[in-house]
Amino acid sequence: MSLNKNILGLIFANMHEDVIPELTRQRTMGSVLFGGRYRMIDFVLSSMTNSGVDEVGVVTKSNYQSLLDHLGSGREWDMARKIGGLHLLPPFSNVASGIYRGRLEALAGITDFINHSAADYVIMSDCDVVASFDYDAIFDAHVKSGADITAVYARANLDSDAAVHSNVFGIDDNGRINNVLINPQLSGECNVALNTYVISKDLLVNIIRDGAAKGHYSFAKTILQARCNEFDIRAFEYTGYFSKITSIKTYYDANMALLSTENRKALFRDTNPIYTKIRDNPPAKLAIGAKVKNSLVADGCIIEGTVENSILFRGVKVGKGSVIKNAIVMQDTCVGKNCTLDSVITDKQVIITDGKILTGSSSYPVCIGKSAQI
Amino acid sequence: MYTKKECVAMLLAGGQGSRLYALTQDMAKPAVPYGGKYRIIDFPLSNCVNSGIDTVGVLTQYQPLVLNDYIGNGQPWDLDKQYGGAHCLPPYQTALGAEWYKGTANAIYQNIAFVDRYSPEYVIVLSGDHIYKMDYNDMIQFHKEKGADATIAVLDVPLEEASRFGIMITDDSGNIVDFEEKPKNPRSTLASMGIYVFTWSKLRQYLIDNENNPDEDKDFGKAIIPNMMNAGEKLVAYAFDGYWKDVGTLDSLWEANMDILNPKIPIDLYDPDWKMYSRNPVLPPQYFGENANVENSMVAEGCIIDGEIDFSVIFEGVTIEKNAIVTESIIMPGSVIKEGAIVEYAIVGENSVIEKGAHIGARPEAVENRDDWGIAVIGHNVTIEENASVGPKDMVPDIRKK
Repeated sequence: MSLNKNILGLIFANMHEDVIPELTRQRTMGSVLFGGRYRMIDFVLSSMTNSGVDEVGVVTKSNYQSLLDHLGSGREWDMARKIGGLHLLPPFSNVASGIYRGRLEALAGITDFINHSAADYVIMSDCDVVASFDYDAIFDAHVKSGADITAVYARANLDSDAAVHSNVFGIDDNGRINNVLINPQLSGECNVALNTYVISKDLLVNIIRDGAAKGHYSFAKTILQARCNEFDIRAFEYTGYFSKITSIKTYYDANMALLSTENRKALFRDTNPIYTKIRDNPPAKLAIGAKVKNSLVADGCIIEGTVENSILFRGVKVGKGSVIKNAIVMQDTCVGKNCTLDSVITDKQVIITDGKILTGSSSYPVCIGKSAQI
Repeated sequence: MYTKKECVAMLLAGGQGSRLYALTQDMAKPAVPYGGKYRIIDFPLSNCVNSGIDTVGVLTQYQPLVLNDYIGNGQPWDLDKQYGGAHCLPPYQTALGAEWYKGTANAIYQNIAFVDRYSPEYVIVLSGDHIYKMDYNDMIQFHKEKGADATIAVLDVPLEEASRFGIMITDDSGNIVDFEEKPKNPRSTLASMGIYVFTWSKLRQYLIDNENNPDEDKDFGKAIIPNMMNAGEKLVAYAFDGYWKDVGTLDSLWEANMDILNPKIPIDLYDPDWKMYSRNPVLPPQYFGENANVENSMVAEGCIIDGEIDFSVIFEGVTIEKNAIVTESIIMPGSVIKEGAIVEYAIVGENSVIEKGAHIGARPEAVENRDDWGIAVIGHNVTIEENASVGPKDMVPDIRKK
């Protein structure tokens, strides 16, 4: 980690929220719950903290109450700073901005903020990827290559469902991006964009001004795709652990992947902790008669029943005789006695009263909305 | 900006806890882990915050490194304040020289200037050695209503245990008329809990007089309380009837942990109206594997559990491998219990390793003579070799720190 890295981080909290409408009705993509105690934004924001990027702007559009509540002053990420630190950037209503349609317009709305930063470089990231990035390495590669833009990708197998929510890069022998496919219909192994870019501040500001003048709003279409021969856009391959959320199915699978200790060790590296909001829950309590196997059970849970192949967020209660299988049970959900939940996702604060049986399938888990009572 | 504080808390946290030896080699007793994710000092600190006391002086002396680091700026307890908040107060050097805290009263005496900064009406003196949940505000209100100069919280204990405590003898209206430290034949069963509310102007004078009298002990129980009583000040007893435990010995520390697992014992850590705060670790959620078999236990963040656990408290970041068995035990942060090891009726300190097939402790039934039985204790950073055996009542300290 080098000192004074001189990089401004920008996180787009709302982008891609249409891929899991079930969970983003009342929140941003960044505040979607993940992995037992996290929100999606924790992964990119913690990566920035761990990479020494200590000035970060979080760009939001709508539904951002849960995000603001989660981030607070940014203290848990060491981002409550006098110099730099976390800046929340809700839509800034004037003639030029308002509710943006794409990344370029979102950037146009925060041009003043970008200009005001003393940083020479900008790293942009979205909240649809669960990964522990070393932004240092990406930044170093960017500076070394002298590229205009460095875009991060990973080699991954796409099925056609995932592909419609992904961008795919064509890369030449010199590591330069020569082709950009936006939401293509294809399947097989390809270079999947992880929606993470490094660019110099000056170039970014020029691109924003130019885009605003021409009425462009999509960074992927009008910059990456349309101008990949004009700009030197380099690809940086990320080889660490990641999951990209493209649907409720991939969201479910990405959570379940954390039941593998190998995957958890790859994502939660000792040297790169993933920070999140502190809730001061006591440890998980497994009562007499509890049976818990192959599951994550977070702090504050009180388990009196059976839990298998599931992820239980903080403060979940499971009553006697209940069986939870293949489920994602979010914060403060209360499952009564003698219930059965199989292949179910419950959002926050759901109440399942005694004796209910809910069954989905692993290819399409049943989703129960926030604060629902069943 | 100048405002005054109605009450300032002074928390005595310098205790060595010599009877917890293997666990307090390099940390003061209030820093000893308790209850799966807490340290003992979290209880008085959380009580302060929940009672609306936002100014706390933490008096440290013995091995303060862990404690200072833990308390930091007080933020985990909401005690990072512009005016007030948590302050660690170690002994310091003055123009006249430097001295250690010579007793509980002297520790406060040396910090009169700290208390005076807040011009409080009252000072509550707390100890960092006890597990309990208590609304100090009720006690302060009681002190005010009685027009007392000092109020001492008391617990009604069984007569046979009374000789282990400082015992208060009261008249019919609750005034303390006499006081006996660990009496052989107790005249009352009201035990002092080591929690005092004083009217600060009074206490301040008694501390100064005590300091100026070289023949006196510099201690609340031995000097300040008797002096106030002899001078005819109004001392009253404040009866507390909740859960309270002095964790001064290894047995009582073990019991106090087991108490949390007992639904019949009224120490509820899950009560949303009286949250216990602590400095939280940054770790992923706890994972229970295919071979895990866990009942009646508490397991904290970052644990990887694939063995069998019954009636135990498992702190953050602990690994318990396949076929390992942990019963009636406390495993402190970061320790590893390897495959096939057995830990029963034991306390394992922080970052220790119990290698494969080792056996720590024993059930009371397994020992012929009851006097030979006790909790087995492994200190911090200790490795117990493969297939080694540590008997009941044995203690294995960190030998590097003799």
